[in-house]
Formats: sequence, structure tokens, C-alpha cells
Amino acid sequence: MNFRAIPRLLTVATLAISITLAAALSSQSPPSPSLTILSRDGRRAIPIAMLGDQEFVALDDLTTLFQLTVREDTLGAVTVSYKGKTIVLTPDQALASVSGRLVSLPAPPSRNGRRWLVPSEFISRALALIYDTRLDLRKPSRLLVVGDLRVPRLTARYESLSPSAARLTIDANPRALSTVTQDADHITVKFDADALDAANPLLPAQPAPSLVTGVRIADPTALAVDLGPRFAGFKSTSTTVDSTQRLVLDVIGLVQTDASQPQPAPPATAAQPAPPEIPPAFGQSASAIHTIAIDAGHGGDDEGVHSADGAKEKDLTLTVARRVRAIIEARLGLRVLLTRDDDRNVPIDERTALANNNKADLFVSLHANGSMRPTTTGAAILCAAFDKDAAQAASAGGAERLPTFGGGSRDIEMVPWDLAQTRHLAQSERFAELLQQQFHDRVPMASRPIDRAPLRVLESANMPAVLIELGYLTNAEQAKLLTNDAFQNAAVQSIFDAIVRFRDTLTPGGTQ
Amino acid sequence: MSTRRLLTITALAIIAIGIVSIVWIRAPRLTSRATPRAAAAPSPTAPAPPGRKIKARLFYVADDGMRLTGVERDIAYGEGATEQAREIVAAQIAPVVEPLVSAVPAGTSVRAVFLTEGGEAYVDLSREVMSAHPGGTLNELLTVYTIVNALTVNLPAVTSVQVLVDGKEVDTLAGHIDLRQPLAKNLSWVQ
Repeated sequence: MNFRAIPRLLTVATLAISITLAAALSSQSPPSPSLTILSRDGRRAIPIAMLGDQEFVALDDLTTLFQLTVREDTLGAVTVSYKGKTIVLTPDQALASVSGRLVSLPAPPSRNGRRWLVPSEFISRALALIYDTRLDLRKPSRLLVVGDLRVPRLTARYESLSPSAARLTIDANPRALSTVTQDADHITVKFDADALDAANPLLPAQPAPSLVTGVRIADPTALAVDLGPRFAGFKSTSTTVDSTQRLVLDVIGLVQTDASQPQPAPPATAAQPAPPEIPPAFGQSASAIHTIAIDAGHGGDDEGVHSADGAKEKDLTLTVARRVRAIIEARLGLRVLLTRDDDRNVPIDERTALANNNKADLFVSLHANGSMRPTTTGAAILCAAFDKDAAQAASAGGAERLPTFGGGSRDIEMVPWDLAQTRHLAQSERFAELLQQQFHDRVPMASRPIDRAPLRVLESANMPAVLIELGYLTNAEQAKLLTNDAFQNAAVQSIFDAIVRFRDTLTPGGTQ
Repeated sequence: MSTRRLLTITALAIIAIGIVSIVWIRAPRLTSRATPRAAAAPSPTAPAPPGRKIKARLFYVADDGMRLTGVERDIAYGEGATEQAREIVAAQIAPVVEPLVSAVPAGTSVRAVFLTEGGEAYVDLSREVMSAHPGGTLNELLTVYTIVNALTVNLPAVTSVQVLVDGKEVDTLAGHIDLRQPLAKNLSWVQ
């Protein structure tokens, strides 16, 4: 045997043992679950024991954390005390008596050797009632917030809108404002909070061509949005939806050349350069919709339909129109025109003229319906209707050569004002279908949800246009619903979602 | 007879002939307009037997309120298409009792009905059709197509109908339905 080889053998053996141990450790079952406790004093964790599907924590751990006193009497009942207030637990009973008041627990307490285990809900349902500081148990994230800490629960949703556009939506509940900054390869979202209640990663790793490759927790109060190599820029908007603060990051990226561009020769080796890419001008939206006209029906001395308890159509339409404007401006950054933003009577032609003269890409007229029968119910979406002669006359309309300023002439397509909508009927009906899909399950619909009628306000609209009847003010139940905040939010959200989908159908590369 | 008296008689005769000629030329147009006064006066050519009726299909709001429903009714016979059109409209807008519900506001009356050779009917209604209208797109649709369908369904010669109010053309009754052109029969609003 060569003794000089012994040190080398020992080194190899040590390495082998180390690797084996590491492998053995790494192959162990995942670490046992724990409940994280966040307080002004910092962050701590206590183990969670699983009994069946139920999560339990040791009463001893709670005793140490919250300065409780625990006493077990001869009959087996366990009394938990805090500053003179008591909780009595009885073995085999899924109940607790809290200061004399019974509360239910999902499972009875369980003895494990000398330790008592209690369901984690014991904290929120029993202990929180006698403790002098707020205890906020967030079971899905195994988090207990002690005191008035600001710990928003974060959720994220990522949508790829087209090969060169994506949207990341991050909801914070309760509301927490955030600041957004961009670094080299990621965007940092810093929340005005004490801690974050979020999975890590918040967004799983996305496939390679994605503009956003993932979202992770960067520090106790900040997220890092990791960016893919095609990232070119972003725009952020923040809105409040009930108790949620919603941050929307609209991300745009480099797009590949289309088929009409000369293609590079087939790669001879794997090391060939990537196909050429055209960076778009940032801020220049590829969207086919830039301006939306929202028409609040009626106004001024034209009050529209009245409900039995005095609600007026003109007020309802204005409220909803303003909400639609707010959500579109905040989340899509599009230009929104209201045909009226106060209580005044606007002639019908002025409403359409506002949309036409501002080259709106979509016209939505909001109304509430009325029926001679008090039981008639449901929302409906209406498109314009023309008789056959009018439609043919409009489609046959040709171009007229007119002189232009500075000399020369150009062909101007002449569109009869009253027949402008005939050229957009197919798109209007497509938008009506999208509205119906979005209203489904959110807004009660009439038996015939989409109809056509010779609607004066739509006929002159030189863009896709619909009239939405949100429901019947002449139906007592519907009148209550229509004036309800939650219903209006649902209707506004439905209209917004339909607009987003309609925009996608018009945008090259958008979802069809 | 003096020359002066002869001239006076001749002048009176010329004036009388002029008046008769004007009346003669204008008479057909005046008789084609079925005003309430004209309808009340007995026709000089063929007076309708009192109580003579015809069957007509009139339209009322269906039970679900979403559409119209057709109802067969006996209505007064009218001599000639124009007079018959007026009778149909008068019967259509007459007050009804439950379970029928009219889509035409109570208090509305027919001022006149005109027919053209092209098959267009002009129905001139009193202002109550607007001032007493409860509003709402559906209500307005049903009001308009009650009148349009009542004439186009019962009188094959009528192909389209324009509603006038107080003798004037109107944009809409309650802000929704375009009334600036005659509207054709539309049974999609009928059950």
C-alpha cells in the first residue's frame, strides 16, 4: 500500500460522506409547517402539528407568546387565563367557553404527551376575544398578525395580451399604496406596509419568451418583478377597488419582424444571431382603441324613466358613466369622453357629434329601461337597425374628389350623417356579444339580451356603438338593484372587461 | 237693365265660377285627409251603414312586458283606405281594461291620418303621446310599433308608417327611437 496516498483517500472519503449526508438531508420530507407570528417585536414562528387535515398549535407555545396562564383541573378541563378573563376547553368537545360564551372550534383539543394541542382557529375564535391586542389569523398563509400592523395580503395575475404586451395585476388587501421603480433587470414595487402577506414567489416562473419572468419577495415590504430579455418599458396605474388597492403594470416588449420582412438564412449552426427585432417606440400603443365615448342617457329636464321611489334614469346613467370613465382612464390609460358630465339636457345629435368629431373608437350609450308591466326585468344591449334601402344606400356611397388647402385635390369618402353606423354594424354586434358574455353571472339579463332597434343616438355614430339598458327602473326589485353600489360596480366592471376584450380582438396579435 | 247692373252680375258670376272651380280642384285632397270633423260628417258618396264592423288585429303589451301581442278585435268600418286607417288607429289607442295593457299613453288621441300613393301612412297623434310617455327604450319601441304594426298588418296597402305629433315631425317620442322616417312593419317585436 502506498502510504502517501492516505491523505488523498481521506479527503475523498470525507467529501463522499459530506455529499451523502447532504443528499440524505435534502431528500428528507419538507420542513414541518409553522405559524409565523408578526408583531411590533418582530417575527417568530411556532410549529404546526397536523392531525388529519386540521392544523393544531401547542397551547404551551401560545402561553409563552401571549403570557397566558393554563391550568388543568381534575376532571380534565383546561382553563386558559389572561388578565382575569378565561377560556375553558373540555377534552373531546369542539367548543370553548370564552368568558361564559360558547364558541365552536373545528376540532376538540388534543393531548400529545404532556402538551395540549388546540386547533389554530382557537387563536381567532377564542383567544382574540380575551386578548387586549388585535389578533388577525390568516390561515391560508399561516400567518398571525398581532396588533395594528399593516400587512397587506398580495395576489398577482399575469396576462399576456399579445406577443409584445402583457399586464401584471397585483392586488393588495387591505389597501396599501406602493411606489414602483425600475432597475436593470427588474421592477421594484415597494409597499407602504410593515410586512407583506404573500407567497414567495408571488408569481411562478414564466416561460422564456415572457416579458415578465416572475415576481418574488425582495425584502419584507417589497416585491421584485423579474423582467425577460424582450422587456422594453412599462406603465403603472393604481386604483382602489373596495378594500383592495390594485396596481396594474402594463409591460411592452420588443416585437419580432413579421413574415413580410426578409428572413435571415437558415442557421448553419446554433450560434447564429437571433432574428432581427424591431423595438417599438415606447408609449406608442399598438391598441386599435384610443378614445371611448360614454353617453349618459337623458339629463336636465329630460329625466328618463322614474322608479316608484323616485330614482331617475338621468342620475343613474351619469353615475355609471363617470365610473366607467374612471376605471378606463385608470386602468387602460385611454381617453374617455363623456357626452355630459353634469345634469343637463344634451341634444341627441350633439352626443354623437362629440364622438365623431373626436374620432372616438367606441361609443357606449347608457340607459335604464321602463315597461308598462311592473314585472319586466333584465338588462339588454341594443345595436342600431336600419331598413334595407338605407343600408344599401350607405354602402353604395362613394368618394368625392375635393380640392385641398394649398392646391391639389383628394378623394373624400362621403358618409351620410344619419347612416354612419351602417358601416360599423358588424363590429357593434361583436361588441354587444362581448358585453353579454361579461354581463353573464354579474348582471341579470333580459330574455332577449341583444336586440336591434332604430335608435336615434346610435345611427350617426361613425364607430362601433351600442346602447346598454342596465335594467328596469319600473320593476321595484330592479330599481333597488340598479341604485345599489355593488351592482353598479359589477356592471361597470363588466363593461370594462368587454372593452378590454373588444380591444384585443381589434389589436394585431391580440386574442381573437 | 242698365249696363252697370249687367257688369255687376257678370262679375259676381265670374267670382262664383272661381270659387266653385277652387272647391272642385281641392276637393279630392281634402277628402283624403281623415280629420275628426270629416270622419264625423256623413260621406256624400257612400255612407257606411251605422254599426258596420270589420275584424282587425290590434297590438298590446304582452304579459312579460318584453313584446307586443296581437288581439283580434271588431272595429268600425271606414270607407276607403284613409278612413279605415284612421279607424284602426283610433281603435288601437282607445283605452283598454286589464288584462290588456296599451303601449300608447292614456289620453293620446288621433288628430289625422294621411296615406300616400307610395304606401306610406302618416299618423298625427296628440301631444299626450309624448308628454304622458313614461320613457324607456322598450316602452318607446312598443309604443311606436303598436301604431306601425296596427296599420301595416291590417292594411296591405300601407308599407310604412311615420308618427307625427301635434301635426309636426318629431325626432323621438322619449329620446330613443328615430321617428324622422317612416318605419316598416316589424313583427320581431310581436310575440
